[in-house]
This record gives sequence, structure tokens and C-alpha cells, in this order.
Amino acid sequence: MTNGKSFLSRQDLLALAVLAALLFIVLPVSVDIFRLNLVGKYLTYAFVAIGLVLCWGMGGILSLGQGVFFGLGGYCMAMFLKLEASTPEATKIQSTPGIPDFMDWNQLTELPWFWEPFKSFGFTLAAILILPAIFAFIVGAAMFKRRVGGVYFAIITQAIAAILTILIIGQQGYTGGVNGITDLRTLMGWDIRTDSAKYVLYFLNGGLLMAVLVLCLFVLKSKLGRLLVALRDKEDRVRFSGYDVANFKIFVFCFAAVLSAIGGAMFTLQVGFMSPSFVGIVPSIEMVIYCAVGGRLSIFGAVYGTLLVNWAKTTFSETFPELWLFGLGALFIAVVLVFPNGLAGVYRAQVAPRVKKWLHTRKSGPDAPVQDPQAAE
Amino acid sequence: MTNNGRKTGLGSTRRGVILGAATAVALTAFSQFGVGKAHADDANTTGLAVTADTVKVGILHSVTGTMAISETGSVQAEKLAIEQINAMGGVLGRKIEFVQEDGASDWPTFAEKAKKLLVQDKVAAVFGCWTSASRKAVLPVFEQYNGMLYYPTFYEGLEESPNVIYTGQEATQQILAGIDWVVKEKGAKSFYLLGSDYIWPRTSNKIARKHIEKLGLSVVGEEYYPLGHTQFNSVINKIKLKKPDVIYAIVVGGSNVAFYKQLKAAGIDMTKEKPVLMTISVTEDEILGIGGENIAGAYATMKYFQSLDNDNNKAFVEAFKAKYGDEIVIGDVTQAAYLGPWLWKAAVEKAGSFDIDKIKAASPGIELTTAPEGYVKIHENHHLWSKTRVGHAKADGQYEVVYETKDLMEPNPFPEGYQ
Repeated sequence: MTNGKSFLSRQDLLALAVLAALLFIVLPVSVDIFRLNLVGKYLTYAFVAIGLVLCWGMGGILSLGQGVFFGLGGYCMAMFLKLEASTPEATKIQSTPGIPDFMDWNQLTELPWFWEPFKSFGFTLAAILILPAIFAFIVGAAMFKRRVGGVYFAIITQAIAAILTILIIGQQGYTGGVNGITDLRTLMGWDIRTDSAKYVLYFLNGGLLMAVLVLCLFVLKSKLGRLLVALRDKEDRVRFSGYDVANFKIFVFCFAAVLSAIGGAMFTLQVGFMSPSFVGIVPSIEMVIYCAVGGRLSIFGAVYGTLLVNWAKTTFSETFPELWLFGLGALFIAVVLVFPNGLAGVYRAQVAPRVKKWLHTRKSGPDAPVQDPQAAE
Repeated sequence: MTNNGRKTGLGSTRRGVILGAATAVALTAFSQFGVGKAHADDANTTGLAVTADTVKVGILHSVTGTMAISETGSVQAEKLAIEQINAMGGVLGRKIEFVQEDGASDWPTFAEKAKKLLVQDKVAAVFGCWTSASRKAVLPVFEQYNGMLYYPTFYEGLEESPNVIYTGQEATQQILAGIDWVVKEKGAKSFYLLGSDYIWPRTSNKIARKHIEKLGLSVVGEEYYPLGHTQFNSVINKIKLKKPDVIYAIVVGGSNVAFYKQLKAAGIDMTKEKPVLMTISVTEDEILGIGGENIAGAYATMKYFQSLDNDNNKAFVEAFKAKYGDEIVIGDVTQAAYLGPWLWKAAVEKAGSFDIDKIKAASPGIELTTAPEGYVKIHENHHLWSKTRVGHAKADGQYEVVYETKDLMEPNPFPEGYQ
């Protein structure tokens, strides 16, 4: 899959350009800041969906607990912002000023030790990336080294999501409980609630997403990416070829976890709060649905799938407040029945041949053969 | 600008057409803006969705998900109140139109929809939310975009936002008089506190405990269970061992069904009042799920019961049944939700304006003599002065009112000595 100097094929470049045009030009021009902020929120889920493409679509590891990592990233950011919002002046009506309001309601009189480091922004950023990676490494190592995989792995990840939710809700003095961490105001003195801040965060989020996509393309086009596909399709053959399969699986699981955590942190910044309802089983499965609707074999499909599902969710629920869940259900059933490979499948079957032809006529010379993992199934 | 295109005389007709079209669009936009402005007068200086003959408000409750069963009553009550206000000629001569959004029992969705109502629909007021978690999620939105929320549920207190009118009771209004009553009338000396594990039951039990200890009586146990918990056998055994005079239960949602059925199955007969069961979380709505025969004999402290005997309430229950059917029951929160549109109407009329800041200023002191619960008045702290009542559950799912406080109870969301 070497295309001269670059790991990006012309099709990849075209896909990146189209997405960039949509995110940075079409949407900001055509929708108001309220809707744009919603799109920004949807895009934070796209980080999770991209991670799932690598993990599930390419690596064959179905995780039903990605909300855990989304939540870890989101909570780390929320803890930092909450501490900044809880100055002694802002909280002077409390019994103990200077600690977050929910701690005061739960009769805590001092900041718990594990909250202390989150006063530092540097530590918080590091924690967003490192905590989920460590956690994913522990889970991954425990599972994959023992050759636990497939449906058993999916069930265990789901259990972890349930455990973490119960832990967060149960320890409400330390975590904000079922209410979550709310009323976040500023980031290093910069008010994140203003319209201008929402624009800045939207573009930052979009930029990060593009960077992540390029990084993922790099991973997929590398030897590592092809090994992932190989071990998804015939794990034993890869193992007998002398590769340590578990290490590759652990790597891709950790990678997806870090992506989810970045999404979670951006979510907290744009939405202004974090709650356990993003951590549990239902949101985790919803994230898998975004990926499935988009097509689990395409990272771009995952982004579009996330946007489509969330857009549908918002629009249906605004138009038919009492019936919208049926509409959403119908959409999922339709996608699975009519387009089993999601949006990306439709693109590959209908649009891609034409784009390829167009690219070829523009510049003669054979393009690198398109990697089509579907063929392997 | 428009003439420019013509004057420079760009020969190409295509360009002319484009400019012409742009002009047309700009003109239409302008004229619409003009029309919008013409409607704005003193009654609306901040660009709310108010025209010469309509005003738009929002209804934001869960109509799907686990909370739908509880919140449906509030939606019905708010719609009924709006319909009745419109039949009387509306507010400041304007008919109320409502935009309904679904919070889907999901707190972040509440925040998203609240923002949509305020930013996109520019509603003049929102009637909504039910759980504390959903209120906490939307509160920053209402404060940032300066909206007005009428919140119907009895809740834990510890909050006082200028952008919210709390039409339900805060914790002390619901708890103190009830405990005083059970101590005086039933001679209770020891209490067992239990509840679902989140902020409302915990804060409420904290206030209850302080009050019980102030009276020189004892709390023999205090326990919490996760939302949705259905196994209460261990706590029932502990209750049997400790033999408290009162079980003080703040179990919410679906857990109630399991709790009361298991209590009955374990041989604790509430009608014998040994121990007395007192709750602040079971309204007529919850009894529908629990089953009247499973809870008959228990006492609830609320501010409203469907069986309340006064003319306001008779008219309210009749109108409610006429609109939603004879089978419907009306709980405490449903009545509080019904007050929302009326209190807002009174504030708008007192202020002579839909402006949020003027409503905030006008709200304290507003009285409602037509409230089904009797007479209510908005306190400086945006909560309502209202009576506390004790109801005795009957097998038919209704409460019989056995006690009501003589005076209105003062709302005190930050009670000194109870925190």
C-alpha cells in the first residue's frame, strides 16, 4: 500500500478535503451558533466512533464500554473546570467555601486528595490522555493475554461500564452522583459559555478530529493496520506467523480509549457539564450504533454516521416529542436491513468507482489498489 | 448597495439577476425584521417570541424514558392551565402557544432542549423539569440566556435562582410539620430513615434527622439504595429487629413497588401502625403503580392531595377529568405544575411586560387565591408559601387528609441549623 512518498492516497485526500469543507466552511456559514454547538457536540462522539472503527471494524474487538473512556476524559476535564469555578468567593454561601457545591451538599468539609492534582491544567491534560490509556491497558492486558475475545470481551466491557456508572452514582460526595458535575464556567479565566468561545471550541474540536483522522489513516496504512485486519480475519494464522497477537490488540484498544477520552474532554468543554449518563451501557451501545450506521470499516463513515444519527435524534425529538424514539428505531432497522455496511458501504458500492474513475482521468497512472477488507469477509 | 449593481451596468445579465435576487432576499428579510419590530412594544423589549396576539412558552418534560410516568401528569396540568388561560383571553391580550420538547429522562438532553427553547424559539417562559438532576443541568442555561423556569417538584432546597420559580415545596416545608404531627398524634419516639441514593432523599433525611434529634428523639437507622433497587428484604429484617415507631421512607420511582409489596409480604401491616409508615415520596401517581391495597394505612406529607375539599380543587379535578378521562389521578407535583402558568400570568400582568427581568422583580408577593391547594404566595426567595398536609392512604389509591397546618409554611431553602 505504498503510494510513493505519502501514506495518503488521492482518495483519502479527497475525503479529508470534503469533510474539512463541510466542517469548516459549509456548516459554520449555514447554521447559527446554537446548531453549530450541537454539531460540535456530535463531533465529540465521532472520536469514539473512529476509535471503534479501528477496534471493532479493523481489529475485530467489539467493545461495548467505550463510554467508560469517554467519561474518564470528560470527568478529568470537568474536575479541572469545576475546581476553577469553585472559588471561595463564588461559593461563599456554602458551609465550606472553596470546594465544589455538590461536596458541600454531601457534608464533605475538604477537597478529597484525588481532586487536588486537577487544580493544574497541565496535569489535567496529561490525565485525559494517560488515565484512559492505563485503564485500557490493564483491561486489555488482563483479557487479551488470556486470549479472551469476541462476545466475552464485549460482555466484560459492558460490565465495566455498568460498574463505573454505579461507582460514580454511589460516591456522590466525590463525583457529583447522578447529577454529574454541572455549572462549569471558565477555562483558565476564559469564559467557555460565550458564543465566541463556542466558535473557537468548535474549530478546535474540528481541527483535532481532522488530525485524529490523519493519524488513523497512517495507522491503517502501516504494517500495523494490515496486521489488525489479518488478526481479525484469521487470528491463529497471525499467531502462528510469530506475532504476539495480544500486544496488537492491547495497542489498538488503548488507542481507541485515548481517542474516546479526547472526545469526552471536548464534550465537557462544549456542553459545559459531565454526567454518568455518558458512561453507562446505553450510551456505550449508542456509540457502537453511530459506528455501525456509518459503516464500521470506514473512519470517514464513522464521522458521517455519528452526525446523521445525532442529527436525526435531535430533529425527530424536536418535531415529534412523543414519538421520536420510534422514528429513530425505524432508522436503525432500515440501515441494518438496506445498508448492512452502513453509509460507507453505500459509498463504496455506488460512489467510489465513479470517484476513482474521475481521479484516474485527471491524472493518468495507476492508483494504489484500494484496500477492501470487506472482500475478506 | 443594490443600485450599485445596476449603476456599474455590468452588461452580463446573469450577474444582474444574481444581484437582483440578492436584493429581493435582503428586502424580504428587512421587511420581516420591520414587521417583527412593529409588534415589539413595552411588553417585550428583549426580542422574545411575542407578537401582537400570541406569546410562545415552552414545556420541557420527559415524555419518553423512565421518568415519563412521573412527568406526564405535569405536562397534562400545564397544558390544561394554558388552555384555561387562553379561554379567559390569554396573557396581556395574547394567546399562549406552547412548544413542547422531550427531555427523554436524560439530563444532558434537558440542557440541550432548554437551550433550544431559549435561543431558537425565544420562549417567554418554560414550564418544566422534574428531577433535581434535570434542574441542575438546565440551571446554567437559564441563567446564561436569562430565561424563566417554573419548576414543579418538591425538592431538597439548597438552591435559590432568580431565574426559577419553585412551585413545589422545598424540603423543610414538607418534612418538619409532618414529623411534628407524627410525634404529637402517634407518640413516635424512634425513627428509621431510608431512601433512594441521591441528593433529594439524602438531604431530606438529613433535615429529618436534625429535627428528630432537636425534639430529643432517636434515629435508629438510616439507609440508602440505588435508584431502581428492588431487594428490600435485608432492610425490612433490620426494621423488624430495631422496632422503630416510624419508618420514614423516601424511596422513589419503580423501587416503590418492590418496597411496599415486600413490606406487606414480610408481615408489616401498615394499617396497624406498628410501626407507622410515613413517606414524602409517594403521591397518588405512584400509588397507581404500587397498588392501593399494598400501601393502605401509610401516611404521606405533601401540600396537595386529590381529595382536598375546597371549591378550587373541585373545579380543578373536574376540569382535569373532563380533559383527560375519569380514570386519571392527580398527585402533588401535578397540582404544583398547574400553578406554573397561572403564576407566570400573574407576574406578567403585574409587570405589564413579558421581559424576564421585570417578571423576576414582579414575582415576589404574587398571590394566587384560585390554587387547587388553596392560597399560595411567592416568597422573596422565589419559593411558595404553602401549607403542609398529612394524608392517610386508603385502599382505593386516594389519600384522606387527616391534618393540615394552620398557617402557611415559610419556604426556607437554606435552613439554618439543618445543614
